[in-house]
Amino acid sequence: MKKYLILQKNIQDKMREKATTLYLGPQHPGITGNMMVRLKVEGDTIVKATTEVGYLHRAFEKLQEKRNWLQSFTLLCRFCVPEPDPVEESYARAVELLEGREVPERAKYIRVLMLELARLGSYMLWYGGQNGSLGLYTMGQWSVGDRNYILDLFEELTGGRIYHMYIWPGGVRRDFPEGFEDKVLRTMDYLEKRVKDYDDLMFDNAIFQKRTQGVGIIPKEKAVEWGVVGPVLRGCGIRSDIRIDDPYEVYDKLDFEVPTAEGGDIWARALVRRQEVRQSIKIIRQVIEKIPSGDYYNPIPNPQKWTLPKGDAYARTEAVRGEVGIFIASDGGTKPRRVHFRGAAYVHGITLLENLLVGENVADVSAIMNSLGTCPPEIER
Amino acid sequence: MSFFDLKGTVKPLTALKQFGKKPHTISYPKESKEAADRYRGFHYNDIEECIGCGNCSTICQNAAIDMIHIEGVEGKKGDSGLRPRIDHGRCCWCALCVEVCPTGSLSLTKDYLYVSDDPDSFLWTPGVDNPEGKDKISFYTTNEISLNDFKRIPMPELEGMERVKSFAEVVLGYNEEQARAEASRCISCGLCTEACPEHMHIPEYINAIATGNDADAVRIIYDNNPLPEMCGKVCTRRCEDVCAIAVRGEPIAIRWLKRYATETALTSEITREIVNPEIKEANGKSVGIIGAGPSGLTAGYYLALRGYDVTIYEANAKAGGATMYGIPKYRFPIDSLDKQIEYIQSIGVKIHFNTKVGKDISFKEIYDKFDVVFMGVGFPDAWSLGVDGEDAKGSMQAFRFLHMVNSGEKVDIGDKVVVVGGGNVAIDAARVSRRLGAEVTILYRRRVEDMPADWEEIEGAEDEGVHIVPQGIPIKVHKDEKGHVKSVEYLKAEMVPDERGGRPKPVAIEGSNTIIEATSVMAAIGQMGDYSFLGKEFEDKIKIERGRFVVNDKQQTTDPKVFAGGDAVNRTADAISAIADGFKACKAIDEMLSKDKN
Repeated sequence: MKKYLILQKNIQDKMREKATTLYLGPQHPGITGNMMVRLKVEGDTIVKATTEVGYLHRAFEKLQEKRNWLQSFTLLCRFCVPEPDPVEESYARAVELLEGREVPERAKYIRVLMLELARLGSYMLWYGGQNGSLGLYTMGQWSVGDRNYILDLFEELTGGRIYHMYIWPGGVRRDFPEGFEDKVLRTMDYLEKRVKDYDDLMFDNAIFQKRTQGVGIIPKEKAVEWGVVGPVLRGCGIRSDIRIDDPYEVYDKLDFEVPTAEGGDIWARALVRRQEVRQSIKIIRQVIEKIPSGDYYNPIPNPQKWTLPKGDAYARTEAVRGEVGIFIASDGGTKPRRVHFRGAAYVHGITLLENLLVGENVADVSAIMNSLGTCPPEIER
Repeated sequence: MSFFDLKGTVKPLTALKQFGKKPHTISYPKESKEAADRYRGFHYNDIEECIGCGNCSTICQNAAIDMIHIEGVEGKKGDSGLRPRIDHGRCCWCALCVEVCPTGSLSLTKDYLYVSDDPDSFLWTPGVDNPEGKDKISFYTTNEISLNDFKRIPMPELEGMERVKSFAEVVLGYNEEQARAEASRCISCGLCTEACPEHMHIPEYINAIATGNDADAVRIIYDNNPLPEMCGKVCTRRCEDVCAIAVRGEPIAIRWLKRYATETALTSEITREIVNPEIKEANGKSVGIIGAGPSGLTAGYYLALRGYDVTIYEANAKAGGATMYGIPKYRFPIDSLDKQIEYIQSIGVKIHFNTKVGKDISFKEIYDKFDVVFMGVGFPDAWSLGVDGEDAKGSMQAFRFLHMVNSGEKVDIGDKVVVVGGGNVAIDAARVSRRLGAEVTILYRRRVEDMPADWEEIEGAEDEGVHIVPQGIPIKVHKDEKGHVKSVEYLKAEMVPDERGGRPKPVAIEGSNTIIEATSVMAAIGQMGDYSFLGKEFEDKIKIERGRFVVNDKQQTTDPKVFAGGDAVNRTADAISAIADGFKACKAIDEMLSKDKN
């Protein structure tokens, strides 16, 4: 017995000395996009994590300098495929701010509808990703299937399922097609029923609870300092939401709550998202009820000769992953002088992730990444 | 939490109730989904409607659209003959090409499935390679949602009844803000450049105006047109007829923008400073030009820049030819060309005014004196009606009448004027008569929409109270006992379609005789040349056919030393064609004389 203990101690010592390096990504189902995390592990425990980006650099910001103000807008949806609309929204509002362009009231409501539908669609994907990273694949099949009904709405309204290219400076591109409001309400009824099934399968699931509670904890006192935003910050018990703090479009005319949860772990973040899905449905119902008739678009001039006054503007939008801000600078020409983009993933995907992974189990890396909602193209723009 | 969590273990099992339910997405047997009514799928292009302006190609931020020649589509005025070809490997289906299409011919369809292992097969010409797409159009543009600006900035003008009180200029000109806004509507397709006889660099100077570089605009204009003031006021603007925006909206006011640009250069010195032309050293060759009309001035200006010694002989006291004397002063004020003539003279062009060739100086003298002669003599005479009683007092040629009024002579027209014709001269004569206090009727044998006159001119005449009688063919001018015009008798006409496919012909209806009272009758049915100045010797040498000089494609007459241009050569008979002739002749003369040198 004594011999065995000595042997065990020897092995443990040797293991400790022999830290192994693991490479997670750039192609890996547990990674939320094309980026890599280099993990130094001792046994199952991570001692150091280094994020490596650069696999997805598409030079969006530079490309926009070569395109006129309108052409730039078609690039934006590619910043984050699961939820492109907040980026379009930020850009449109920044351009409107710089130019002083009025947006019709109806367009504002349609934009809110788009943003909330996008939020729902994105959360549906998150359900799949978060549970998939824990081995609970049924959830993903359900939620991605239900997301299709939202994509159908997008297709009806914008003509595209994933890349909508719909919110543009001055308003939105097209008005509601006939009978669209009813379709939205029917879809909301259906989703409301489904989120109860999700609760049964996911939130009441002992495995899900045990795998998420106490994992990937962000200390509340550090969260703001680290630059954490969005649902991740609200999962630390801090009530912060641009829709309330700096209302845009018609959010100040709508009644909704900003859910928070204490704990700062994956579980808390999941609880926040669980509530937000319900809030989004509530917002969408209000939009359909309150939307005024009228213009949906304040036409921009001929895009080839459309110039914006000299100056700069910044607009930010609350996306699923957090704050999405766009800074534009104009030299008075037909093209942006500079477009700078700042998404939540820049913080969540690099510095925060490196901090959170230390001390965690290798098996939890994917779960933690998914709970942060990283979108690598947003980092590498 | 205990190790065994009963609720957490049992609750997920409720998922079992989903067994046997119809799945969301996969359907057996596999059926393809019908796309939404607004789906952005593969492109479709209506080849007939498309004019090949290339705006789709310009807006495409992926460079997925090429403009290519396709079989069966030929270029013509207002159609480049090119059609878009889309690389579906690059396309991102943003549909901006659809939103900016000025004709609305381009749209997206519900088709979205195409599989091939041949990368080249993803390049296709919408409308040609997928004719079936016509029935599946889903994402299209309308006038309301188009990104093109179809509404023209209205030109400030004098009020209709205010105008007839004087010969003050009707058009007031754009101010800076209006000009920028109007110029910003242009999509720079260049169809106008092709349609302009002189091929002016229209998109370039409009772009300069849009971006606030008026001096650049003037410089670009002077590159091949030394008389922009003239064109800016009275050009027949073929460019606007073919404007891509005009397919569904009002064309860009190209003429007024040119006018705006020239107005920014206030004097001839400023013009010279802005244009800053490169004048070559004198080469010892000389060119004589007859007529200081648009073609003569153009040839003179560009030849002088190339180092030739240029002398122009002009019969009238002012330069400008038919534009100066044939166009009323409310459209083309008497001092309009002063600045430009001064500028042209400053380059070194010598102009002898009040010197009529054939009277004050013989053609032979000019012919012998210069290395090359250019004739821009125009059409000084007019056709008569050829009806009974035309010799009555008060019956006159509209063109002569305009010439007299413009020269400051007093003309007695009485209080009731009938103008016969439907061209710009007829409208001009009518509007001038209105200003002289007469009631005016225009008699035209076809319909109003067939009138060759400018639509703006016709509208202007109507605003000023000119009465237009379409489909009326004059047959007799009645005289009173003093031999003065008393009335005009005409027959009503009906339009008979032309069997050969031409425009419908007016045919008189027997017994529909109608009489209009009149104190004057003006014939405005066309002008003709007067070539008596040539003299016997040259009448044989220089061939004239159907009233016009015969020239080759270099504006050279049958006498190689003599070139000609303007109304006396081309059938279009407008200022810009004359300018084009002058420019062409200048190049040919330069080519010929510089060859001699070597």
